[in-house]
Amino acid sequence: MNLIELFINDYTLRIVALGSALLGMVSGVVGSFAVLKKQGLLGDAVSHAALPGIAIMFILLQTKSTEMFMLGALIAGLLATGLIVAIEKNTHIKTDSAMALVLSVFFGFGLVLLTYIQKIPNANQAGLDKFIFGQASTLLRKDIYTIMIIGAVLLFVIVLFWKEFKLVTFDSDYADSLGISSKKVSLLISSMIVISIIIGLQTVGVILMSAMLVAPGVAARQWTDKLSVMVVLAGIFGAISGVVGTVISSSIQKMPTGPSIVIIISLIVIGSIIFSPNRGLLLRAIRERNYRKNINEDNVLINLYELAMNHKDPFHSHQIGAIKPIKTAGGKNTKYLENVLLKLQEKGFVKRDYFDEWAMTQEGIVYVEKHPMRKEMQYDSTN
Amino acid sequence: MTAQIEILIIGVIVAVACTIPGVFLVLRKMAMMTDAITHTILLGIIGVFLLVHDLNSPLLIVGAALVGLLTVYLVELVTKTKLVSEDSAIGIVFPLLFSIAIILISRYAGKVHIDTDSVLLGEIAFAPFNRMKIFGVDIGAKAMYSMGVILIINLALVIIFFKELKLSVFDSKLAAVLGFSPILIEYGLMASVSVTVVGAFEAVGSILVIAFMIGPPITAYMLTDNLKLMIGLSAGIGAINAILGFFIANAYDVSIAGSMALMTGISFIIVFIFAPRRGLFTVIRRRKNQKIDFAKKSMLFHIMNHENTDRENIENAVDNIYKHLNWSEEFINRIIKNLIQEKRIVVLDNIYKLTDEGREYTIRSYEEIVESFSEESQKMAR
Amino acid sequence: MTKSNNYVVEVEDMTVAYNVKPVLWDIDLKVPKGVLMAIVGPNGAGKSTMLKAMLDLIKPISGSVLFNGQSYYKQRKRIGFVPQRGSVDWDFPTTVLDVVLMGRYGHVGWIKRTTAKDKSYAMDALKKVSMEDFAKRQISQLSGGQQQRVFIARALVQDADIYFMDEPFQGVDAKTERAVIEILKELRTLGKTVLVVHHDLQTVKEYFDYVTLLNTQLIASGPVEEVFTEENLRKAYRSTGKILKG
Repeated sequence: MNLIELFINDYTLRIVALGSALLGMVSGVVGSFAVLKKQGLLGDAVSHAALPGIAIMFILLQTKSTEMFMLGALIAGLLATGLIVAIEKNTHIKTDSAMALVLSVFFGFGLVLLTYIQKIPNANQAGLDKFIFGQASTLLRKDIYTIMIIGAVLLFVIVLFWKEFKLVTFDSDYADSLGISSKKVSLLISSMIVISIIIGLQTVGVILMSAMLVAPGVAARQWTDKLSVMVVLAGIFGAISGVVGTVISSSIQKMPTGPSIVIIISLIVIGSIIFSPNRGLLLRAIRERNYRKNINEDNVLINLYELAMNHKDPFHSHQIGAIKPIKTAGGKNTKYLENVLLKLQEKGFVKRDYFDEWAMTQEGIVYVEKHPMRKEMQYDSTN
Repeated sequence: MTAQIEILIIGVIVAVACTIPGVFLVLRKMAMMTDAITHTILLGIIGVFLLVHDLNSPLLIVGAALVGLLTVYLVELVTKTKLVSEDSAIGIVFPLLFSIAIILISRYAGKVHIDTDSVLLGEIAFAPFNRMKIFGVDIGAKAMYSMGVILIINLALVIIFFKELKLSVFDSKLAAVLGFSPILIEYGLMASVSVTVVGAFEAVGSILVIAFMIGPPITAYMLTDNLKLMIGLSAGIGAINAILGFFIANAYDVSIAGSMALMTGISFIIVFIFAPRRGLFTVIRRRKNQKIDFAKKSMLFHIMNHENTDRENIENAVDNIYKHLNWSEEFINRIIKNLIQEKRIVVLDNIYKLTDEGREYTIRSYEEIVESFSEESQKMAR
Repeated sequence: MTKSNNYVVEVEDMTVAYNVKPVLWDIDLKVPKGVLMAIVGPNGAGKSTMLKAMLDLIKPISGSVLFNGQSYYKQRKRIGFVPQRGSVDWDFPTTVLDVVLMGRYGHVGWIKRTTAKDKSYAMDALKKVSMEDFAKRQISQLSGGQQQRVFIARALVQDADIYFMDEPFQGVDAKTERAVIEILKELRTLGKTVLVVHHDLQTVKEYFDYVTLLNTQLIASGPVEEVFTEENLRKAYRSTGKILKG
């Protein structure tokens, strides 16, 4: 109740929540492509690399202008991306090293410029704070408009080039063979990633930005195999984390906004990884456990089947010792074998007779003969 | 010892202490994982602080090291599910841990001076203010000694476990089969990295530790193929970067740590372009030379193929040959000039002819190419 | 010549699955001493997986492996391994000799250094594969066949009794292939046992004396003349056409 009233009455809260939701959505949608191209950490690199771009803009313009700062950040981000690719392509140095180097050097350069601007040999001051940690709480209405416009453009581009993005992300060589320049499309995607990072920096800051880019897409991926659904879901997850994070941050004392948003999206990712129906860990573990049990049971059943088939009477019963014991990690175990046979009996595949010996039933024989592993089996292998 | 000299010394010690494990991080492709750790140790620091309420407690280092290992463990856990790629896993795990740290600081430690800026950015300029006192005698800045110890430990570990590190980074499967647990070695390496990061953050801030851990090693990697030399060169380059960075910062009155990081970038770019065997200039020049060499050989083959045939005076004619080979006239003239200079062809009655040496060379070249081609095709056939 | 009845490798009831797909199902395999055995089967049939499960690099769902009647850990020092060439980063800054020396680390143990004796073993191994001139060469400059020879040399210095090799002839020139097979045959003469995951059916009869046909299940295992038949191959490759030429 209180929360809703808060929402309706608090103008600032509405603005910030809206801004965060939009930024979450845009970075989630664009970030889906980064996730699929395994360029998730580009977000981290570009975020750090943006700093000198902003600083240079300030030096040139001598005034604070959000749009121009974003432009400077964009140029720096693209330059950084280009440098990383150049290093990868022309040397034997691997991508992760190239990223880490570019990231830290650009950021260091940014620090140098900042202290040059401030003329204090110490970079502790409010402007840098906002850059590192985000400043969601100071979003203004006009900022929202800027975000909305840029966000709309990005989304429009994605819809327009949907086929190309999809193909190049999945199989760039094939795209080239169809005459679609994978290089140009990749460049476009990278540029869009950089743009969404730059506008997203305002909410959560440099360090947390990679989560906003990557987590929504990763979470969405767990629920669907279709790219279109994944991208839409990622946008939704991103938006939700923006809103919920903002609301939590304003209702609890001393809760910073950026981290709150990241916590929410992280919970969404973790939840998706564990609970999603097809890929999720929980159901997978259950399925695997059942499967494992079945394998062991099937193995024993098939062994008994072999004994049965090698005998004149397929329904003749055999001692438990004759049925080849399972060697699980723990080693031979007659008791375990007996438990398995009991389970098989419950299923109606075997029958225990008066002398405590075991025999196949008709259903058991049918089951084995229909078993997928049965088809090519040899029961007279060179042993 | 003046404060200035102390800063310089601390810078050099930090740089070298970082490059030593850095070489293995680069070879192990764990650069971005290390970047993640530099952020997550904040959680270890704040966690321990909330327990002991003492910013100078040595337990802080332990806590930070543990969180460093936790980071590696969580990333591998997430990656092992096969639902998330490793880079995405890193991009999710470290912001989460960092967010928790920030929230803890805001809510529970707001009153105490944990300056997050200084954790992340550090400022080596203030390092001399923290003194090391033994029995009341001031023997210098604390950072010199703490980082010095870390440097010695890192060096010792790399020397003692050199072959184990080398083996597990190069071929972890064989390492496992031979009885060296690659997991143990990896976590050992990351523990030493975490401790180094904690030690260094005070001086240069955790974000810039990455510059030292990655920059000098990849610069050295461009210059040598010998692992031991690579480590030595990294240390040297790291020290030089620290020294030059220091002087630049002094000259322009800017962030010292930032300047040092910038220097790692500049020295890398210089080597990237000018390195003797792998530098950009050399690579481009080599490609150009290969192109010319191949063109020369092609022309010789062409001349030889049409030698003593009816079409010889058309195919090998001085005026026409460029049409048959389909190259620009300028390029052809250059190739021809080279070949004449090398005494491989001569002009006779307006057509080009091979000299005896030219013929020998052409046949040899042909055989070499065929041999190398058949090996390549064997490789590709499988 | 009758093969002795003690088996150097005994696999029982081994089952390995990824998620809910079985890769190996109830494998029973007994390898006699002193054979040169090929492990063949279609792609994805579990050949590499079986190797890795035997070497404890993957954990099976069920099953056990014994080496000379004992557990893997007790017999570890007598087991040599040649992994796939692609599993290694050939840009690593190290020389040919250095890579071969790594094969001695198992004998040297933790912390201790390799000695001059280890170095001379390594050079001997390199001579055996005709690579002694390349000892100081950087490994990134080697061709595929040369890389494989270095791996073989590294296996030789492991001085093992049982060797496991994962696709050693993949992407290798004919000359190297012949040289390597000669070495493997020599190992057999010395009484060693060699198991090779092999991809080329046409050369099985010529190179190996024992063969194991694998396609998730064990199709057949034994001497080549007995086991390497059209019928078995058809079962393994589930095809209806002729598999062997001529």
